[in-house]
Amino acid sequence: MASPPGAEVCKRSGRCSGRSASGSPLPDRTGHLAAEPADPARVSSRQRQRLRLVALVYSAVMAENLVPNLFLELYFVLQLLTARRMVATGDSHPDPGPGAPDSVGSPLFRNVHDCVFFAVQVLERQLQVLSYLDKGTLKLLAENERLLCFSPALQSRLRAAYEGSVAKVSLAMPHSAQAVSFQPETDNRANFSSDRAFHTFKKQRDVFYEVLREWEDHHEEPGWDFEKGLGSRIRAMMGQLSAACSHSHFVRLFQKQLLQMCQDPGGAAGVVLGEAPDVLSMLGADKLGRLRRLQERLLAPQSSGGPCPPPTFPGCQGFFRDFILSASSFQFNQHLMDSLSLKIQELNGLTLPQPEPSEDEGESDVDWQVRQNGGERRQFAVVMLSLRLLAKFLGFVAFLPYRGPEPPPTRELQDSILALRSQVPPVLDVRALLQQGLQARRAVLTVPWLVEFLSLADHIVPLLDYYRSIFGLLLHLHRSLVLSEESEGGMCFLNKLLLLAVLGWLFQIPTVPEDLFFLEEGQADGLEVDIEASGRGLDSVPVVDQHLLYTCCPYIGELRKLLASWVSGSSGRSGGFVRKITPTTTTGLGARLPQTIQGLQAQLAQAFFHNQPPSLRRTVEFVAERIGSNCVKHIKATLVADLVCQAESLLQEQLVSPGQKEGDPAQLLESLCSQLCPHGAQALSQAREFCQKKSPGAVRALLPEETPAAVLSSAENIAVGLATEKACTWLSANITALIRREVKAAVSRALRVQGPEPAARGERRGCSRASSLAVCAAISPLPQPQPQPQHDSSSLCSCPHQDVLALAAGPRDPEEGVSPEHVEQLLGQLSQMLQCRQYLCPPAEQHLAKCSVELASLLVADQVPVLGPPAQHQLERGQARRFLNMLLSLWKDDFQVPVPLQLLLSPRNMGLLAATRPRQWDLLLFLLRELVEQGLMGRAQIEACLGSLREAQWPEDISKELATLFSLFLAEPHIPEPQLRARELVQPNRGTVLAQS
Amino acid sequence: MILTKAQYEEIAQCLVSVPPTRQSLRKLKQRFPRYLSGVVKDGAAPVLLELANEMDYAPSLMARIILERFLQEHEETPPSKSVINSMLRDPSQIPDGVLANQVYQCIVNDCCYGPLVDCIKHAIGHEHEVLLRDLLLEKNLSFLDEDQLRAKGYDKTPDFILQVPVAVEGHIIHWIESKASFGDECSHHAYLHDQFWSYWNRFGPGLVIYWYGFIQELDCNRERGILLKASFPTDIVTLCHSISSS
Repeated sequence: MASPPGAEVCKRSGRCSGRSASGSPLPDRTGHLAAEPADPARVSSRQRQRLRLVALVYSAVMAENLVPNLFLELYFVLQLLTARRMVATGDSHPDPGPGAPDSVGSPLFRNVHDCVFFAVQVLERQLQVLSYLDKGTLKLLAENERLLCFSPALQSRLRAAYEGSVAKVSLAMPHSAQAVSFQPETDNRANFSSDRAFHTFKKQRDVFYEVLREWEDHHEEPGWDFEKGLGSRIRAMMGQLSAACSHSHFVRLFQKQLLQMCQDPGGAAGVVLGEAPDVLSMLGADKLGRLRRLQERLLAPQSSGGPCPPPTFPGCQGFFRDFILSASSFQFNQHLMDSLSLKIQELNGLTLPQPEPSEDEGESDVDWQVRQNGGERRQFAVVMLSLRLLAKFLGFVAFLPYRGPEPPPTRELQDSILALRSQVPPVLDVRALLQQGLQARRAVLTVPWLVEFLSLADHIVPLLDYYRSIFGLLLHLHRSLVLSEESEGGMCFLNKLLLLAVLGWLFQIPTVPEDLFFLEEGQADGLEVDIEASGRGLDSVPVVDQHLLYTCCPYIGELRKLLASWVSGSSGRSGGFVRKITPTTTTGLGARLPQTIQGLQAQLAQAFFHNQPPSLRRTVEFVAERIGSNCVKHIKATLVADLVCQAESLLQEQLVSPGQKEGDPAQLLESLCSQLCPHGAQALSQAREFCQKKSPGAVRALLPEETPAAVLSSAENIAVGLATEKACTWLSANITALIRREVKAAVSRALRVQGPEPAARGERRGCSRASSLAVCAAISPLPQPQPQPQHDSSSLCSCPHQDVLALAAGPRDPEEGVSPEHVEQLLGQLSQMLQCRQYLCPPAEQHLAKCSVELASLLVADQVPVLGPPAQHQLERGQARRFLNMLLSLWKDDFQVPVPLQLLLSPRNMGLLAATRPRQWDLLLFLLRELVEQGLMGRAQIEACLGSLREAQWPEDISKELATLFSLFLAEPHIPEPQLRARELVQPNRGTVLAQS
Repeated sequence: MILTKAQYEEIAQCLVSVPPTRQSLRKLKQRFPRYLSGVVKDGAAPVLLELANEMDYAPSLMARIILERFLQEHEETPPSKSVINSMLRDPSQIPDGVLANQVYQCIVNDCCYGPLVDCIKHAIGHEHEVLLRDLLLEKNLSFLDEDQLRAKGYDKTPDFILQVPVAVEGHIIHWIESKASFGDECSHHAYLHDQFWSYWNRFGPGLVIYWYGFIQELDCNRERGILLKASFPTDIVTLCHSISSS
């Protein structure tokens, strides 16, 4: 396959910068030339069209990962953006006249204007990637005046991205050498074959550190040479390692020291930076930030060697590399490879927490967040950076015998070398690990270290079948990492970006054949791994942040340097961009001032674990993590739950108080939260108490019985401190949101329980105080016990109620019935029970409300079978009226749920009335009037019910009577009842009425 | 007493004794016959001691050289170091009674070297270890001592390892070594090479107490993890027992 155009451009810019295939003018970036101003108006329309087309194709190629290195392309584009002027080379093309057709062969970029126009066109399409760069780069881009000039829209979007970004990346990597501690379990005499071996190793340990200290003191001095200074001492020491077991001891020491010194300590140890606490105490926090930036500027290498530097061993790594080279011991190398391979496999297989599919959402949600806070990302970063370091050294040692300064072998030589090399088994089966990683969707962990390993391979390696298949897999993966595709459960953006960056870097390393990327296409067959395999893996967890991205790929920072150099070079109008370093004085930096107490305590806590067995640290961290998480759950179950209760009663008060209208639920929630959230502050003190109480016991139970008392108590205290810190950090960040969420849930739960949909609520809202009472009752589902001598339960009350209703509805035996006293007692009980409310729940209350309405209907229809003298089977009218009055007062004062009064006028209850002989409407009319009078039902509401009742099919006579009732009800003044009694009509067709009920 | 290097050298200049160089030894051998003629005259006279004084040489070292020579002549084989040491410790073992007397005189009169002085040094060293132990107990700092460490199989053992590290003057301390002597350049460098750095290599940073002072300039490895003090530190910061409250 031919190289896509983008790749061609990239190779030109990246690898052979400054060279051109034709004699066309070249963008020149050298600083001493004043930048030529770029003007969008000076790009001809024909040229615009052409550039736009190329930019479109170029961007598409980038988007589909058809270029080997995304960041190299971006670098190229930024180079175009910041080109100072065009330099004509040799036979410069004469500028074609305005009418001359653009031939394909004519140069794409004729002047600076073309370059900038093209660059801005491409950047517009790369906004997504750009917005994930660090804040510094975004700022420089957003402030670039050429970009503003060519695309104000892009500039404003970049500015927005800059303002929204939190990705401050600090590149200062402080380190402090600390020795690997002596652990009797692995280091005492019992672990050695002989006294001699034991004592030899004792001496070696001391020599090793002596050499290390000497290197620390001298390696930055000019003219100091590792081999000259230390080589013979190292070899003498290695010479003493006769016994094989001593080698493994030494290798373990070497590897541990390597990990301790070369990991990014900012992410790993979490200890305060270098001397920061001292300086802090002198300067105050605001100046410290500046000081640190200054330190960065002075310490961070000016350039990491362009956007695609070859693999290097920066900082302390250099010591270990030079040590291996100077030792030049075959045994040592072999033992080192064994040990590195084992550790790599161990770390690569480590179970890193994944978000649990939440069956119990609330809890695991809290758990996850606590762990997120507690360093989920940090843990991943530590493991991944360790793996990269180990793999780099494994690659270094494994390919050491084959690597040399000489150029790659010629084709003729290659075949014989290939035959030799292809039968050598790989030092570690990285292909299998890669396949497993892809299958388990852990590419984000496996690929970065594999890249480090492969970056140190020699020229022959990529040609070997075994490694070629690995490159095939990596190419396949690279192609699949399309940034614009974001799917549920897919790989996170920054995870993808990291993989693209490291893979892109690998593809550009000199030992990797230049054409590999374009030739290997489609050769991954047979090794095809189902990358889309189901199940969530590490890839879909946002474990990579900008800090990790820039730590792994410092060359991405070249983009920033490029933009910064443009700013510093473009004279005059850029005064605001380059910050001046203003001198700040401190008093006697030389003398060490007392550190801040917290800093020293943190150091002491770290130091405490140094000489203890590793299991102690694991135990303490585990306890702290669990107790911290449990603490949050506990606070949720106690403090937050209490606050929710308070919220409920507050809500009720607010609604009951006279003159208070029921507000918008959102507003109510807001005012409740503003009242309650300040109480969340108690959470911190409660959390402290909880952790203080719970942690020591857990630590004690998990540590060995024989742990010395002082160690135990320190471990307990550290666990308490860590747990408290974890819990408090989470709580102080989230308690308000948590309370808000719970209160909101409680309110909406209450509203759900209350039943009717919003439409019905609106109806009630307009009507009366009783219904607003009902609303607030519904919002407060918890019992509000009041001092009452007698507690009636709703079940006790509703049973007899039901009896009465059942008797009324029939069928009943002739001797069955209720006495008026019984009804009275029943209503009394109901009233008491409603006032007490101890055992009342909303559904029961709703049920009772409905029953009471039914009872009223029966009373109105004179359908209550009365016990007593045989002649009198009906309730006396006066008595019925008294009962109705009692019911009215119950509805008005006692019920707190909406009472379904409209049921009174339902066709069924109306049918009851219609069935009586003689029909008496007076009670109904009385009831309706009273309902309106007492504000229980709106006049309009009753009218509507009556209206709909009349629409139903009734026998002639009933319809007539209903019409009369309607008109009577409409007539304003009270009409005395006898008049109504006189209006008795013929008996209706009972069957018809019943059919309608 | 902490001295500056300049102060110390001034004192050393005054106290300086002849270094055991080849030249002075040669001079010594030339005068060796003096001993024989001397003791023949009077066996009880402090011939050897006077010889040493005249030579500006430490009497016990002088005695050692003479004894070596004597044994060499009598037994025809070079005597082992342990035999000589044992004879110096107990001059009555020396077969020649006169020489035994002479050696004894030298040893008791030497206040810098010799088995007697070594013994005193050892006693002082032990005393200060006990003192340090008491101070640690008093401060409620728990530790492992040399014997416990040896029992656990540690290959290098400082006097005390703190089970819970503390901070002294802002520096973390894992171990404490007691030295009942003045820390001069020579002895300190020897100690650094043989002991202190070895402790650091295994247990991390620590504290050396030179109870009789040291040269200030030698306290230059504080940042690296070796702190020098002339007494038990007063401002010890322990791991706070209520971290959460801070």
